[in-house]
Amino acid sequence: MNGWLLALLQTGLMIAAAPLLSGWVKWCKCIFQNRQGAAPWQPYRDLGKLFRKEVVVAANASPIFRIAPYIVFSVTALACSVIPLVATGLPTSALADVIVLVGFFALGRFFLALAGMDIGTAFGGMGSSREMTISSLAEPAMLLAVFTLAMSVSSTNLSTMISTLLLRPFQLYPSFIFAAMGLVLVALAETGRIPVDNPATHLELTMIHEAMILEYCGRHLALMEWAAMIKLLLYSVLLVNLFVPWGIATSLTPMLIMSATLLLLGKLLLLGFALAAAESGLAKMRLFRVPQLLGLAFILSLLGMLSHVILEVR
Amino acid sequence: MSALYLTLLLPLVGTLLFGLIGHWRSAGTLNILISGAGFLCALQLAVDIFNQGPMLSPGKLFYIDAFNVYLILLNAFVGMTTAVFSGPYMAHEREIGRVDDGRMRLYHSMYQGFLLTMLVALSTNNLGILWVSIEGATLATVLLVSLYRTPESIEAGWKYFILCGVGIAQALFGTVLIYFAAERILPGSDDSLLWSVLYQHSTELEPAVLVLAFGFLLVGYGTKVGLVPLHNWLPDAHSEGPTPMSAILSGLLLNVALYALVRFKMIIDPALGNDLAGRMMMGFGLLTFTLAGLLLHRQRDIKRMFSYSSIEHMGLMTFAFGIGGPLATFGALLHMIVHSLTKSSIFVTVGHIAHVTGTQSIDGIRGLIKTQPMVGWCFLIGTVAIAGFPPFGVFTSEFLLFTATIKSWPWLVIPLLSGLTVAFSGLFRHVQPMVFGEKPEGQEAIHANMWPVVLHLLLVLLLGIAIPDVLSRWLDQATIMVVGRGLL
Amino acid sequence: MNFAMLTLSEQLILTLAALILFSSFLLLAQSRMVSLIHTFAWQGALLFAATVLMASSSGHHHLFISAALTLGLKVFFIPWQLRRLVVRLDIRRSVETVGGPSLIMIAAGALTLFSYYVVLPIRELSLLATRNTIAISLAVILIGMLMIITRRKAVAQVIGFMSMENGLFFAAVVSTYGMPMVVELGVAFDVLVAAILFGIFFFQIRSGIGSLDVDHLNRLTEVDK
Repeated sequence: MNGWLLALLQTGLMIAAAPLLSGWVKWCKCIFQNRQGAAPWQPYRDLGKLFRKEVVVAANASPIFRIAPYIVFSVTALACSVIPLVATGLPTSALADVIVLVGFFALGRFFLALAGMDIGTAFGGMGSSREMTISSLAEPAMLLAVFTLAMSVSSTNLSTMISTLLLRPFQLYPSFIFAAMGLVLVALAETGRIPVDNPATHLELTMIHEAMILEYCGRHLALMEWAAMIKLLLYSVLLVNLFVPWGIATSLTPMLIMSATLLLLGKLLLLGFALAAAESGLAKMRLFRVPQLLGLAFILSLLGMLSHVILEVR
Repeated sequence: MSALYLTLLLPLVGTLLFGLIGHWRSAGTLNILISGAGFLCALQLAVDIFNQGPMLSPGKLFYIDAFNVYLILLNAFVGMTTAVFSGPYMAHEREIGRVDDGRMRLYHSMYQGFLLTMLVALSTNNLGILWVSIEGATLATVLLVSLYRTPESIEAGWKYFILCGVGIAQALFGTVLIYFAAERILPGSDDSLLWSVLYQHSTELEPAVLVLAFGFLLVGYGTKVGLVPLHNWLPDAHSEGPTPMSAILSGLLLNVALYALVRFKMIIDPALGNDLAGRMMMGFGLLTFTLAGLLLHRQRDIKRMFSYSSIEHMGLMTFAFGIGGPLATFGALLHMIVHSLTKSSIFVTVGHIAHVTGTQSIDGIRGLIKTQPMVGWCFLIGTVAIAGFPPFGVFTSEFLLFTATIKSWPWLVIPLLSGLTVAFSGLFRHVQPMVFGEKPEGQEAIHANMWPVVLHLLLVLLLGIAIPDVLSRWLDQATIMVVGRGLL
Repeated sequence: MNFAMLTLSEQLILTLAALILFSSFLLLAQSRMVSLIHTFAWQGALLFAATVLMASSSGHHHLFISAALTLGLKVFFIPWQLRRLVVRLDIRRSVETVGGPSLIMIAAGALTLFSYYVVLPIRELSLLATRNTIAISLAVILIGMLMIITRRKAVAQVIGFMSMENGLFFAAVVSTYGMPMVVELGVAFDVLVAAILFGIFFFQIRSGIGSLDVDHLNRLTEVDK
């Protein structure tokens, strides 16, 4: 019972905290660019404003256009319940493994792309086609990276994976280094960050994610934006917890959970800072070069897999 | 022992001397003198070994036995006679301005450098040094191949460099694997890469490693031998470099690479306890032999044609060493001698022919016998000898090889015979018009020093009619070394 | 023996091995001349680090000399010389279009797998902690070969050649704690001479055919037309 409660709490916390991470990244970026940034909790105000606004839907929109935001948001929220945030061994994490997680993302993306094409404007279709191109390249790389980890710990369940890693003494797995590098690249592409997509742009020709949700407004737009923020948080938590798992609570005592939460907060803030630094330092890539970047991600994941097989298996 | 050190020291001194001083008028003569002195030392070394048996140098770095001493002698001999040819030849090239003083300096220095690496490769006991010196031979000759700086010669040089470099790298990996296998039985010893030590312990080595190692060694040294499909560099390098280079590449380098392969086979055979290594060599050898014979027909350049003939003969020797057994091995050892004598004499003759006619193109060479009977006849006789006609030595060795083949693999005689016929027809199809065709206008005889050629051909003839007792006993000792049993 | 039973420095060597393999992949995909040379230097540096670790963890002190040779030759001299040549030949900005990059990458992955299966019987025999890296070193050798085959620029081919040498050296270090010193010195000498000769060849090719594109070296064919 305690576990279920904690799982529910954890999922709610994740959904609620997602805008904070986005705000933090934006704030850090402003610092890097010598600007006075809006406060990190600015995204909450934006979301609130959008929720209060009236919804305007294009005349030729189909029902898919209307339900897509709800599906995208709920699928993303569901994904939150699968990922161990501060503690392993929660009952919800036994429901689904990492392959299902990838499936959740794919489902959300599917509806996002459909919604983008639904109105029939040029930008929506363009954004959808770009999104699908990128994800079709990113997904194999992500699965390969995840499988590399799964082979090391003999499980595809995230919670089991993390607790297995925690139980072992520290070891330098060559395969993890490659898998981590591959996953970082995939995460950049999937969450639409520089150098693949620019989350802050509305420059028409380079948009990807923004192009798909261009026709939304009001609470629909709020849900879509929120889902994107959650996705960023999801990937960050995934990276942090898989590759730097130390500090996660393995049993459900309040003390452990408290310290785990604080540690995780610190790690996420650091990761957000690093992301902001990278985004300020890098230029956005030309769209035609994105496949090369994702090809690199794939090669990294493949090398991770190979080095696991060659170097670590005895 | 001192004879060995002198044999190695002379070319080293030559390399440094020519490299440091630069070209002068009589550098060619000095080249002959150094090579001649080297030959005398090698002769002394051969006599020593013949009287005293195998010899291990104090530092265990060199090991001379019946197998390599006769190749050392052959090397020094061909090095000397080719130097005799190269003196006036290169002087002529200098006169007509194909090369300048700087390149003559490079040429002479690297000529000696090449001889040095060949001799070190033959005499060393350390398999790593063997690799280093065979790679060194590539490095020494690669600039000589591109000596004329024509686009073709640069291409040939680059191809030679890259292909042989890539190939020989595989051989080093094979050597590392051998060392790895040796470390298991002689842990922490500095001697585990010494051939003599490995030969003693060969039955203890791990077969799984050795099979793999031999695969890499065969690919690596096989590239240098010119085995198909890694032969591409060979015709280019032979045809584009200066002719004396072609003579020693064809006569010596290929032999040394094959020698290295056989040395490894001697370690690997007892370890495996089967003839897997032999089968691999047979397969590559036969493929090379057949394909080179066919490609010979399609050549337009006289030196390219004879380099395909070299590939063909190397294939035959590889095949023969692969069969194993005293008869085939004896034949292969003999074939190494007669092939290198005959082929270097042919290349020397071709050098003269190129001076007479001013071209290397088969279509442009006509009426040799009318222009300069001596060159024409030597060319014809050399070709007859290399095609395997009696009474020349090539016939004898090929006859031995065929007998051995009939004994152990009767049906393989068919591809061998047909291959020989194909190669022979290819050679004569091109050679006949060159020798007997109409003499073109204005083609004049030149001053040609033919005695190295005549000497080589006489030796080949002698080996065909009656192998001297000394040599046959010697080859028999080598055969015992390689396969464990003698022929006599 | 389990991966977990290795000491941290041995695990670090394995990680370096994986990174060396990664640098080989990078070399294969890198199309800019200067970055190519830098990547090669990095590979040499990784090799140097692995050798030093190997030397200190195994107590084979002669490996320090090999490591120093690697540092001098592969990290400093050869990249420096190549860079100088590239500047002098004015091809610093030249970009080589590598044909079918993804196909080449897949081929390289396949080669890695191939080398793993080839050396599978051997690694059962070794007692060294680093025995698994023999497959990696063979893969580096084969990828160097692949690079020579797929590249058209002479400089890139030379780097492929040298990275093969890196693989060979690494093979010797990880499988047998390096070759005997005299052989090691001989090989280093050969590499040095080869590096110098390659430089001479660049100028010859450049003056002979007016470009460093080896596609222009196509006059000699197997059967004359």
